[in-house]
Amino acid sequence: MKVLVTDHDGNEHELEALEGWRVMEVIRDWGLEIKAECGGACACATCHVFVDENWVEKLEGATSEEEDMLDTVPDVQLNSRLSCQILMSDDLDGLKVTLAPSSRTEDAAA
Amino acid sequence: MSANEIETDIVVIGAGPVGLFAVFELGLLDLKCHLIDILDRPGGQCAELYPEKPIYDIPGFPVISGQELTDNLMKQIEPFGPEFHFNAMVNSLEKQADGRFKLVTDDDDVFLAKVVVIAAGGGSFQPKRPPVPAIEEYEGKSVFYSVRRMEEFRDQDLVIVGGGDSALDWTLSLAPIAKSVTLVHRRDEFRAAPASVNEMRELVAAGKVNLVIGQIAGLEGRDGQISAVNLKSKDGEIGVPATRLLPFFGLTMKLGPVADWGLELNDNLISVDTERFESSIDGIFAIGDINHYPGKLKLILSGFHEAALMSHAAKKIIAPDERIVFQYTTSSTKLQKKLGVSK
Repeated sequence: MKVLVTDHDGNEHELEALEGWRVMEVIRDWGLEIKAECGGACACATCHVFVDENWVEKLEGATSEEEDMLDTVPDVQLNSRLSCQILMSDDLDGLKVTLAPSSRTEDAAA
Repeated sequence: MSANEIETDIVVIGAGPVGLFAVFELGLLDLKCHLIDILDRPGGQCAELYPEKPIYDIPGFPVISGQELTDNLMKQIEPFGPEFHFNAMVNSLEKQADGRFKLVTDDDDVFLAKVVVIAAGGGSFQPKRPPVPAIEEYEGKSVFYSVRRMEEFRDQDLVIVGGGDSALDWTLSLAPIAKSVTLVHRRDEFRAAPASVNEMRELVAAGKVNLVIGQIAGLEGRDGQISAVNLKSKDGEIGVPATRLLPFFGLTMKLGPVADWGLELNDNLISVDTERFESSIDGIFAIGDINHYPGKLKLILSGFHEAALMSHAAKKIIAPDERIVFQYTTSSTKLQKKLGVSK
């Protein structure tokens, strides 16, 4: 199965994914720039992605824990999700996401 | 002129789990440590990102939280009397003519150390910056990511952004002295402590705090001084007159000044060997998440192992003529004496 990921420079990548992998892990494993500093614990919000509008409804809704973390994303939008909280399955084959600026490795003030 | 000058065997940069355990291993070899960390408490990521989250891969602990692990490490290193310097970032690190390293912090404190151990994880924690054009020009003048002096905010028109404890606590603390307070959050639910949320709602009901459900879209002002904050809400874009902005989106890590110290880096990580965990500069070691070597796994337990090997290498630098006898804490009365547990 595949995930289509648009990187920070606007280039789209078709990434091979495995069932049960977190989208964050797929993106990191293929070497695209994603900070994901807490490693998938839903504790940092630096694996933030914008989900393609056609896919938003197909995802399971965010838990309140994920919503709490999305509160700490300065560039949050209605289609914002944490990619560590999306698990790959057959239903999500072809999922399209765009890496948000706040998932860049060196994005911080000062 | 420097605020403080401290001479020590070792400076450890970063007081996360690996920096803390390094104190233990160095302590067994009679080496004294000063630790410098940008946070206001020990624990690093364990304290800042996931104090309550369970960790399942610390050997000997089927499950332990980030905070418990930190507390245990603090107890474990207590016999060695480490000295902590919190809320401080090391800006520069240079080797001096006498072979020692000179470190200068952002508070202009100076440390002179024989060995430096960088255990800085993903770098230093810095506030998350809202994606607002030109916000950098206002930072430190009218846009602040923390409150150092409340007086800075007296009689000001404040906009506070966020839904966590920092945003709510400062809304409550500053409302009585500010001219006006507008709290902005993306949804009408707050993850801050329920008592603070209730108190905030009372202030809103009493007309003392203006609550806007929305997001920050832009700033107006000149020469570093904001005059208004533009907000995007369900009702469209609104401009709120403001003289101070406090965004509270939490912290994120950034490599920071480490990149400027002349160390060989590999994709923003410090390259080390796997015998000593020493960087490309003799006497500067790097352990934990911040280092890189073939096969590296970013696990706390890897950092603990690295700390032990690093300590023996550091001892040889500091006391080259001393013979090091490898000992176990279980059987060595000498080590037990150092730990304060000998009978």
